Amino acid sequence: MNRFLLPINRRPGEGRDPLFNRLGRGLVGPGLRRDDEEGAGSLRWRAVPSQAKAMILLAALLLFVVSLPPVAAAMQIQPVTGASGVEAWLVEDHSVPVVTIRFAFPGGAALDPAGKSGTASMVASMLDEGAGPYDHAEFHRRLDDLAGQLRFSAAQDEFDGSLRSLTRNLPGNADLLRVALAEPRFAPDAVERIRGEILAGLARQAKNPRSLSGRLWMYDAFEAHPYGSGVEGTEASVAAITRDDLAAFAAERFHRRGLTIGIVGDIGKAEAAALLDRVFGGLPLGSDDSQIAEAKPLDDGALVVSRAAVPQSVVTFGQTGPKRDDPAWYAAYVLNDILGGGGFRGRLMKEIREKRGLAYGVTTQLVPYRHAGLIVGSVATENGRVGESIALVRNEWQRMREEGPTAAELEDAKTYLTGSFPLGLDSTQHIAGVLVQMQQDKLGIDYLDRRAGLIGSVTLDEARAVAKKMFDPAALSFAVVGDPADVKPTRPPKQQKF
Amino acid sequence: MRRFWRSWIVVLGFLLLIAAPASAQRFGAETFTLANGLQVVVIPNHRAPAVTQMVWYKTGAADDPRGKSGIAHFLEHLMFKGTRANPQGAFSALIAQNGGRDNAFTTEDYTAFHETVARDRLDLVMRLEADRMTGLVLDDAAVLPERDVILEERRMRIDNDPSALLREQLTAALFLNASYHNPTIGWEHEMHGLGTADALAFYRDWYAPNNAVLIVAGDVETAEVGTLAERHFGPLAARPVPPRIRLDEPPHHASIRLEMKSARVAQPSWRRYYLAPSYRAGATQHAYALQVLAEILAGSDGSRLNQALVLDKGLALTVGAGYAPSALGLADFGVYATPKPGVAIADLEAAVDAELHRILEHGVEPDEVARAARRMQASAIYSQDSLSGPANIIGTALVLGRNLDDVAAWPDKIGAVTPDEVQAAARAVLVERNSATGILLPERTS
Repeated sequence: MNRFLLPINRRPGEGRDPLFNRLGRGLVGPGLRRDDEEGAGSLRWRAVPSQAKAMILLAALLLFVVSLPPVAAAMQIQPVTGASGVEAWLVEDHSVPVVTIRFAFPGGAALDPAGKSGTASMVASMLDEGAGPYDHAEFHRRLDDLAGQLRFSAAQDEFDGSLRSLTRNLPGNADLLRVALAEPRFAPDAVERIRGEILAGLARQAKNPRSLSGRLWMYDAFEAHPYGSGVEGTEASVAAITRDDLAAFAAERFHRRGLTIGIVGDIGKAEAAALLDRVFGGLPLGSDDSQIAEAKPLDDGALVVSRAAVPQSVVTFGQTGPKRDDPAWYAAYVLNDILGGGGFRGRLMKEIREKRGLAYGVTTQLVPYRHAGLIVGSVATENGRVGESIALVRNEWQRMREEGPTAAELEDAKTYLTGSFPLGLDSTQHIAGVLVQMQQDKLGIDYLDRRAGLIGSVTLDEARAVAKKMFDPAALSFAVVGDPADVKPTRPPKQQKF
Repeated sequence: MRRFWRSWIVVLGFLLLIAAPASAQRFGAETFTLANGLQVVVIPNHRAPAVTQMVWYKTGAADDPRGKSGIAHFLEHLMFKGTRANPQGAFSALIAQNGGRDNAFTTEDYTAFHETVARDRLDLVMRLEADRMTGLVLDDAAVLPERDVILEERRMRIDNDPSALLREQLTAALFLNASYHNPTIGWEHEMHGLGTADALAFYRDWYAPNNAVLIVAGDVETAEVGTLAERHFGPLAARPVPPRIRLDEPPHHASIRLEMKSARVAQPSWRRYYLAPSYRAGATQHAYALQVLAEILAGSDGSRLNQALVLDKGLALTVGAGYAPSALGLADFGVYATPKPGVAIADLEAAVDAELHRILEHGVEPDEVARAARRMQASAIYSQDSLSGPANIIGTALVLGRNLDDVAAWPDKIGAVTPDEVQAAARAVLVERNSATGILLPERTS
């Protein structure tokens, strides 16, 4: 029971490097995990102690911190091109007999037809329901016997997939991936079964304070723009999706133009090239005709409340942030860590958790959509005191705008962000995800060698200037779900039900 | 990909993987013990220039004194509050300033602290962990705000989530007397009363080198770890530690049914837990066969429950089964399903029971046992595909009194399970009077 399902961690979500926070996450709302609906997911929350006195100590210690080892020294990224012209980035690692391939097609849930939001997400759930010569049962029998780990997911701006395989089973698993993309069946009975699962999931999310808070915030921020809807759509839109819509999505979106691929593990360059041809070579070239309008969150500084009979109010907050290609990205990235980073690093964590015990965790992150940028965070506090948490978030937003970071905070954040990143590159899946993200963001194949320099070169003046421009308490908006006692809404939410 | 029943299985699968070790030979683990009783394990992994250090203490929530539920977990939080040498926040600050990450977790049987750093910072994190193994300093100023934090943690994990509330009640009902009766995070009314003296008493009782396992995984060699461990942990003195008592269950004479209604529930769900042996308690000879049984029931798309309830009969949206034998005391074997809209819980339950009875009466096929075993053995290979996977598997085994040979033997033991053993395990465990069934229903409000 819960002793195994719920190891209790001390501290909230270290999450992933926000530079790569989009891949495979398919955010329902800002910063919300989608994989713990049953309450069984073990949240990797964190936080850390800190007191004023410690800061003096820290400043002293800083003098002794020497430079860290070069980023990802052990990792060599090679470009690979198949005879078909399909390209990928490859990292060879023969220490474990496992290969992971991850990829992203451009264009995701934001391209769902009007009134049919949730189409891309439903396609993701359907691809292993039977494809090519294999019906549902045969497809899964093969996949299970080959112990293949095949996953698809839709995000707003891309459609993601991944396959992890034992080396010896790679040919068979790659064949399943190929037919899943090229010849999905979308059998009517499977469409209805999956539709039922999705609708049940939506109903569950609508009752989940965390999901609801994120969705309220996103809808308030973007309204009718596709980013205002969750990737899974609504009860009405999911009900409207037809088999033809799913087939049309697969036919139109699964093409080679704009496709980005990362391969990692026990495979050589020539085999990787052959794998690319085999899996992706037969897809049409296609065209990248993405026509998503640029969007900007409302930023009206509103505080909206949706009443729910729970003891703890869940709050999502945020405003406009930088897009990934913004020149201010690296400064914003460091500032985000100083304000809302996990561990002892974040000012919010110090003020809200460590000093006052108002929450288990409070973190912020940059959410760089292709056509909009956000900085969002969340905090959960008992109904009677949630107003204090909200006031503290506002204070820190204001303080960051006015004062920016201190020199010590800036150096600490830079050291942490450059030093911790390569430590996470320990699994084929994680590394392959990074390879895909780097290509999507057009960062260059040598990005990992330059990353520490890009972060390290953020100056105090630059950070302060970006802070003054970026953090705007008048734009900072809140969506609260719960029964808060000490909070007054400024207006009703633009939409109550999802 | 987004599949609700699958997320359940994936979670269970992951936990099974933690509970169910892969070959130690493949991990290349080596172990030695310091004179003070601290067991050290080194797991070389040269993929990245990084190391993960974990210190596992052989104590958890099942050791909470009566009336002090939650103290093991609370102490885990307080371990970051400082020592004389590294006061108030210095621990995590130092690690972050060296580009590292750190965290900790508590379960009913063990408590673990871990850091991941560049390989040349191993000396630092070892010094810090050794320092707080015996040097913790606490006062009310540090302790009381942190108590509010764990209360918020409880609200977040349990009180805001009807499903978690029901699970907590079911656990307490299933374990009438066993040490896992209370929730790891604690009952709220008792958490309010936890204080500095309680935390320090628990710390003095359980935190000692002879009650811990140090694991270092990553880009290191055993000799180097040995030198550092001797330097930092060697000087700490062994101390007497209380016996870890795990109370047994009396015979159960009545099955348990709990029904909970909540306006926060979107759709009904059904789950049942059976008392089960673990690797260490009860009829332990069934521990491997039960893992295979869980895999056969719900470990794959074509598994029995998914095939019957989701695919063939269209009664359920999701199904799951879970069994994790890594416990010092008794474990449980769980089955779970959510009905399709319009399907009565009674019909769903009858269909689950029919599948369970089919196994009890007719057993399982050799082919499905072999296929389940192959999938599970593949998971043992996948578990090597990270720095923390092998460390977690080995740590869990060692703090429960198992050894590296047990870890090494897991794939073969799974492969050796026979259809008869699966049926025998099912007959021993799937006994109605030893079960607790929970039904979660929506409550319509105006």
